[in-house]
Amino acid sequence: MRNAFAQEITHLAWANDRVVLLMGDIGNRLFDEYKEAFGERFFNCGVGEANMVSVAAGIAASGFRPVCYTITPFMTARCYEQTRIDVCYHNVPVVIVGTGAGLSYASLGATHHSFDDIALMRVLPEMRVFCPGDAMEVRACLRLALEQEGPVYIRLGKKNEPVVHESPPELEVGQFFRVAEGENVCLLSCGNMLPEVMQVRERLQGEDISTEVMSCFSVKPLDEDCLARAFGRFDVVATIEEHSKIGGFGAAVAEWRADHPAGGAQLLRFGIGDAFFHQAGGQAYLRRLAGLDAPSMAGQILSKLAARA
Amino acid sequence: MVTGRTLNQTTDIETLERVAAETRLRVLEMSSRAKTAHLGGALSCIDILTALYGAVLRIDPEHPENSDRDRCILSKGHAISAMYACLAKWGFFPEAELVHYNAENSRLPEQPSPGCAPGIEWATGSLGHGLSVALGMALAGRMAGRSYNCYAVMSDGECEEGSIWEAAMMAAQRKVDRLVAIVDYNKLQATGRVNEIMAMDPLPDKWRAFGWHCQEVDGHDMGALVAALERARAFGEQPSVIVAHTVKGKGVSFMEDDNNWHYRSPTEEEVKTARIELGLADASLLSGGSSQQ
Repeated sequence: MRNAFAQEITHLAWANDRVVLLMGDIGNRLFDEYKEAFGERFFNCGVGEANMVSVAAGIAASGFRPVCYTITPFMTARCYEQTRIDVCYHNVPVVIVGTGAGLSYASLGATHHSFDDIALMRVLPEMRVFCPGDAMEVRACLRLALEQEGPVYIRLGKKNEPVVHESPPELEVGQFFRVAEGENVCLLSCGNMLPEVMQVRERLQGEDISTEVMSCFSVKPLDEDCLARAFGRFDVVATIEEHSKIGGFGAAVAEWRADHPAGGAQLLRFGIGDAFFHQAGGQAYLRRLAGLDAPSMAGQILSKLAARA
Repeated sequence: MVTGRTLNQTTDIETLERVAAETRLRVLEMSSRAKTAHLGGALSCIDILTALYGAVLRIDPEHPENSDRDRCILSKGHAISAMYACLAKWGFFPEAELVHYNAENSRLPEQPSPGCAPGIEWATGSLGHGLSVALGMALAGRMAGRSYNCYAVMSDGECEEGSIWEAAMMAAQRKVDRLVAIVDYNKLQATGRVNEIMAMDPLPDKWRAFGWHCQEVDGHDMGALVAALERARAFGEQPSVIVAHTVKGKGVSFMEDDNNWHYRSPTEEEVKTARIELGLADASLLSGGSSQQ
């Protein structure tokens, strides 16, 4: 995802001379091509995220389209008040990009884990929250973000994840993207879980459970039409995210569900529990601990279906 | 294009001093009517704001959003009554509107909201933001090939925020010569003496060590302030900071250097006494009804 981001922002900077990239001293050589072409529109803000965000707000208020990029917890939690006041309260078009979200940096420990960022960003007025599912969606989300008149948060995974789409899909704000059609179960995949969710689908299809997959990149605003349809049509609707079950995408869907109780589908929410990880280990291991691996999720969905039968 | 002076500006120091006294009276009336706090820190920065708006900034009150204007952010947003009174004094909106300060649904909130009134560049109130935002505006000006200057008026306590020094490092690294910071160094913060709460001194040396051109001035000497601001604007290759030594509550003897006026608002009697001290016994007062609260 991060390579796709670097390539896409370079591409977009050629087309739009208002695009400005600010980053917080990460991505060794990642932005070499951008820097070479647009050195005057590139700012390595060093290890100072609060200043970076306020500087971006000042740049945006002066007619440019700044994009801020660094590791997710430092891009969201560390400088939260600057995002809240200078970006959102002033409603200026700053694109905030958190890389390595969720458990992408699993082995680096809790300092680098980020499973609270969706909660933090989606509670901010004016903020749009995009969680692309693969590298192609990253490109589409960045294009869409730079068309918005206000702030956008984009949540990236790491690099070299499996790619689901063959080319960048046509995405619209507030519209989930259907990746696969189905009849019985609807998997609402949020962000970098999409490749794992496709494996969940494979397992369910193998059990003759017709399974739909939606890539729910637009966490805010939600796709309310899609949710109304899903809860009215499917037996089980499952949200899947590499984020805390508190405040994340599944919580947003549950909030919507509480306000719109029509439809008989059972809601299942897959995410991370209310605890830090203290163990060493990589992303796949921590996902298994959280029950975010395909076998575990498919098993839970099958149990739920059996209980309903 | 904003060129030269556009605010009926003057370098006549006596005129600027008289306007500053009138602005102080307005701020006292506003605090008294609206029962608002932060009066001491508003009074300490009025000479700085008067020098800026009265003699230095290139900005047109008829076109306050002109893209070539100088930008001035009052980063110490708790003192915004001083900014409102100053903007009204220099023609950005009618002075009579100051009676609505902090009134329900007025466009002059106790602390500013984005674009709440003409001339308000940024919604401040949380300390440590204004310098970075002004830096961003200055960088944008450079990218756009514009020649406007950006000013951030900060409090001394505000310099305890780490983000100030993040901005200081970046501004120096990028040689942002169109950025000017002014520290209203009145030596008092909310709960006591700045240097008893944090090791602020030697403040000018700190800025110099961070790569800034630094001037120290008496923040109530109008001539010195105007000269320092003119020098700061002309200074190439470095961002510039003016450490303005000021007195909290300046202009009213019973408020000066008394930190109770960080919280208190004056009674009508106290405003009357202050008015005489300011040499404005015959000046008109704000009209438009009684206090809002």
